[in-house]
Amino acid sequence: MTRFSGFSLFKNALQHQENWQRMWRNPTPKAHYDFIVVGGGGHGLATAYYLAKVHQKSSVAVIEKGWLGGGNTGRNTTIVRSNYLWDEAAHLYEHAMKLWEGLSQDLNYNVMFSQRGVMNLGHNLQDMRDIERRVNANRLNGIDGEVLDAKQCQEIVPIMDCSGSTRYPVLGASWQPRAGVARHDAVAWGYARGADQLGVDIIQQCEVTDILVEDGAAIGVETKQHGTIKAGRIGCVAAGHSGVLAGMAGFQLPIESHPLQAFVSEPIKPILDTVVMSNAVHGYMSQSDKGDLVIGAGIDGYVGYGQRGSFPVIEHTAHAIMELFPVVSRVHMNRQWGGIVDTTPDACPILSATPVENLFFNCGWGTGGFKATPGSGHVFADLLAKGRPNKLAEAFSMFRFYDGALIDEHGAAGVAH
Amino acid sequence: MFNIYCPYCEEHREEEEFHPSGQAHLARPADADACTDKEWGDFLYFRKNPRGLHQELWQHTAGCRKFFNITRDTVSYQILETYKVGQSPQVKLPEVKLEEPRHG
Ligand SMILES: Cc1cc2nc3c(=O)[nH]c(=O)nc-3n(C[C@H](O)[C@H](O)[C@H](O)COP(=O)(O)OP(=O)(O)OC[C@H]3O[C@@H](n4cnc5c(N)ncnc54)[C@H](O)[C@@H]3O)c2cc1C
Repeated sequence: MTRFSGFSLFKNALQHQENWQRMWRNPTPKAHYDFIVVGGGGHGLATAYYLAKVHQKSSVAVIEKGWLGGGNTGRNTTIVRSNYLWDEAAHLYEHAMKLWEGLSQDLNYNVMFSQRGVMNLGHNLQDMRDIERRVNANRLNGIDGEVLDAKQCQEIVPIMDCSGSTRYPVLGASWQPRAGVARHDAVAWGYARGADQLGVDIIQQCEVTDILVEDGAAIGVETKQHGTIKAGRIGCVAAGHSGVLAGMAGFQLPIESHPLQAFVSEPIKPILDTVVMSNAVHGYMSQSDKGDLVIGAGIDGYVGYGQRGSFPVIEHTAHAIMELFPVVSRVHMNRQWGGIVDTTPDACPILSATPVENLFFNCGWGTGGFKATPGSGHVFADLLAKGRPNKLAEAFSMFRFYDGALIDEHGAAGVAH
Repeated sequence: MFNIYCPYCEEHREEEEFHPSGQAHLARPADADACTDKEWGDFLYFRKNPRGLHQELWQHTAGCRKFFNITRDTVSYQILETYKVGQSPQVKLPEVKLEEPRHG
């Protein structure tokens, strides 16, 4: 495998870029693996990478029904932050943030992680009280954060209407300087390349149609394209389709799958060098390196697997964005799409053993799991390798919905991604 | 955009007049205090979330404000029927196998 470096770029430039190697193999699956990860999104690929790298597991496969990152990983608006309210969530997302900070070097792959700061706006006094509470909680947990007033917001984002004469005036914001964005495809590809290099078999275009259970323990998966593949342990990392996989193993999850959409504008000159989010008016925006405005919305309220969002949400989001940024009123939207997000009642993920032995689930990241990709994979690999949760994963068992120990992050997560 | 028939108003109206309220036919356990944690948790939080036919509770929030049920395909989004609370659906849903959980 070629290491990417300034030198290899130069060498390949001299050869007209014709001699780059494939980034991962396309193997035929073996009959048995010690570990099968179902789902080749960022979280599944990161899980496989850390299983091989941190736990030295040599018999690992990732099974993906489509192409790598074709689920929510390649459909999200790439906001990365760790300013969650409750200790359990804050520790998990901050674990991910620390891994982000060294990820391009670790993977030898540029994931374009850009710590350009994220601003969460407050529009009324209660918003501002919540923001102060959250920022204080963050700082006690060693996570950077500041409370900004409207004037400071205006200085950072000159194009935002902070005049106070809008329907929902900007009163201030929470500000996490270490937060930002990353390139979603690169995250999937970087982990895939890294995992492949460590011997993980990545099997694309292979759909899991059943989970084989014997005497209450999972023993393998049935696939559409390659028949039965046996496994020691199985980890399902299938986001919006988690409920379908749980159904194959005979149980339900505390999850509902909803369409969530985003859109991008035509590319324009740089006007926004940070990320602005507002829970109250349900819109958020950043600008990609290409120049398109990346705009996100709220979920559709009903269960849906259609990977498209509804029109009322588009209209609602456009209203919110135009009120915050009147300057974009005549910018054209280029594309709109949807993903299927797996929402839990407490807006926190599930990293958990299940009623079926040797079967584990990593899901429930809902509208905001991209930011957690490295941390989620790291922690879930540990759970799969050892069979019991570590300190970070402990609180995220699916059985918290029976004993009542919910981690209510709706205040910190809400629509915010 | 859904075009939803309200069984009370007896008219088709646009999606925006309605509000989805989740899975239909969730019966609250008769004696909540007698429930095990598992039974109570299942009632509160665990859902079918099917890929395919689903029965959902909706409210005509910007109309008559009454609750009613919809049978809908969650992939094609086709609405097969709407019916009043207390009525039975005409469309049959496929059986779901559920094993007895071992822990929890
Ligand atoms: C529009 C939108 C905007 C978002 N914005 C943000 C944001 O700004 N910040 C943030 O942190 N998060 C955001 N999210 C959430 C984030 O995208 C997800 O939480 C995260 O990407 C989930 O990653 P994953 O790897 O678990 O899932 P996915 O990338 O969805 O991967 C799951 C994979 O499983 C595969 N699969 C499913 N069923 C099967 C089967 N039976 N057999 C084999 N394979 C199967 C799928 O094909 C898919 O590739 C957003 C989501 C959406 C939709």
